[in-house]
Amino acid sequence: MGAIFRKEMRTYFTSPVAYIFLAAFYLLTGFFFVNTNIYGATTDMTAVFTGVFGVMMFFLPLLTMRLFTEEKRLKTEQCLLTAPVSLIEIVFGKFLAATVVFLLGMAIYVLYIIVLVGLAGSVAMATIISTLVALLLLGASFISIGLFFSSLTENQIVAVIISLCMNVVLYMIDVLASKVSFVPIQKAMISLGFYNRYSEFTSGILNVTSIVFFLSVIAVFNFLTVRVLEKRRWS
Amino acid sequence: MIEVKNLTKQYGVKKAIDNISFTVQDGEILGFLGPNGAGKSTTMNILTGYISSTEGKALINGIDILDEPIKAKKNIGYLPEQPPLYLDMTVKEYLNFIYDIKKCKLPRKAHIEDVCRLVKITDVYNRILRNLSKGYKQRVGLAQALIDNPQILILDEPTVGLDPKQIIEIRTLIKKLGKKHTVILSSHILSEIQAVCDRVIIINKGVIAADDTTENLTSKITTDHKLIARIDAPKEEALKLIKTMPGVISVVADMEREKGVYDYEIETKEGTDLRRELFKRIVSRNWVLLGLKTNEMTLEDIFLKITMGDSVVIPKEDNSKTEAVQADSNNEINASDNAADETQNPEADSTEENTDGGEE
Repeated sequence: MGAIFRKEMRTYFTSPVAYIFLAAFYLLTGFFFVNTNIYGATTDMTAVFTGVFGVMMFFLPLLTMRLFTEEKRLKTEQCLLTAPVSLIEIVFGKFLAATVVFLLGMAIYVLYIIVLVGLAGSVAMATIISTLVALLLLGASFISIGLFFSSLTENQIVAVIISLCMNVVLYMIDVLASKVSFVPIQKAMISLGFYNRYSEFTSGILNVTSIVFFLSVIAVFNFLTVRVLEKRRWS
Repeated sequence: MIEVKNLTKQYGVKKAIDNISFTVQDGEILGFLGPNGAGKSTTMNILTGYISSTEGKALINGIDILDEPIKAKKNIGYLPEQPPLYLDMTVKEYLNFIYDIKKCKLPRKAHIEDVCRLVKITDVYNRILRNLSKGYKQRVGLAQALIDNPQILILDEPTVGLDPKQIIEIRTLIKKLGKKHTVILSSHILSEIQAVCDRVIIINKGVIAADDTTENLTSKITTDHKLIARIDAPKEEALKLIKTMPGVISVVADMEREKGVYDYEIETKEGTDLRRELFKRIVSRNWVLLGLKTNEMTLEDIFLKITMGDSVVIPKEDNSKTEAVQADSNNEINASDNAADETQNPEADSTEENTDGGEE
């Protein structure tokens, strides 16, 4: 797993992918931060964190689209799948690499918080920490979804578009739920929605159900990716 | 040791391989021979655990590749048809990655250097794979298979894309490796298999058509009953002379090579060696014999011969239509990567035959 993780990290940083991702992430979150907190002269970061949901939804598929599509297209997966490593190690190594790049993006929040503390003296630390936990879970969920779709196709564009659609669906599903009159389905749709759960965190509530929910999403999609690789051997 | 028992792989209704069984002993070099699409790569992909079989078993040193894939894979070095290279890496980075992924325990630097020396890629060690020539890429692919010193080497067409000198080097290397490793290599080049392998399995349309030692198979299939003679003589008279010789079935004059010089394709009855008699007759008429060679059987001939009576028929006309199959029929030429030279420059022909012969 270590080998695959290191290889993916290397690929991220020897190609423009990681740099562009990080630059875009810093730029957009910086924009939210400056606009809301500096010009608005407030320590309330809720708006900043709300904005970043959209950024992650659109940008994380760009990090994951390459991970399996290129292996398949260049036939390098033959090298991975005939090496004495398990499929779980392969999938998890890649998942971890994308997550670490994402964490590097998140790290910018430390800077924002330091700036706020410097300017205002204090911030609502509890809210910020619970939001950062949420961001981490949310990001890892988007990454596992993206990874799954990249294992399904040889085409990066296809992978990125499908992952994006999936993310948007998970974002919009609670909005759609209000239009469904059949209660059990409505309930199911609401419980699948990412956004409500996420905004709960941004108001400082660490809801265990939601934490378990996001962890399950991560586990399920990584598991499905393993199954896709496994299934290909059998087809 | 590799044991393959009743292996079948089915894609939809098509059986890529059908009930294949064979055993490879330790230290044996086994050649897989067959035209494109015969099931060579499929078999190798199953043996290495890349794909699964529909039915049957593949045991690597007694370990089932499906039951304990990681343990079995530890014993195998695999060079797929297309070397699985990460093109944005340098050779150094790539081999180090392979070293890691194979969880190799040998001393890292020394082992990787040894492998590089063995396949002669030391001089490109710090270059990016994308910029390497096909031959070097192929050799890096081979290096990749050799990392961790696996007991079994499975090489899918290892000499494709190499120049004649490299081909000879790689063949020598494989022979050398065969002393310590068990090797399976596939090829559609007959002479390559003859030069390297102890034993040959011929696969056609997913079934084993022959499984024998190289000597047996060669003597069985390359009875020299086709000759090509290049003679400086009046065409009609030469044709008449050859036709009257005992044992000749047919003779055809090819295009005019030089002024008054033709290639005569002579087919004789099996077991007749016409060469000495032909030479004498030509000399006695004061003609000049410029070249004489046996027309070795092409792969198609061998297939027709071995699979004769079965449903397997490869009509000649069809072969010329599809490029893929034609590549097989030109296998000797392809081996030297000189197809163009061969057709444009007949002189190159004889020299090439010599190199080929010398190395076998």
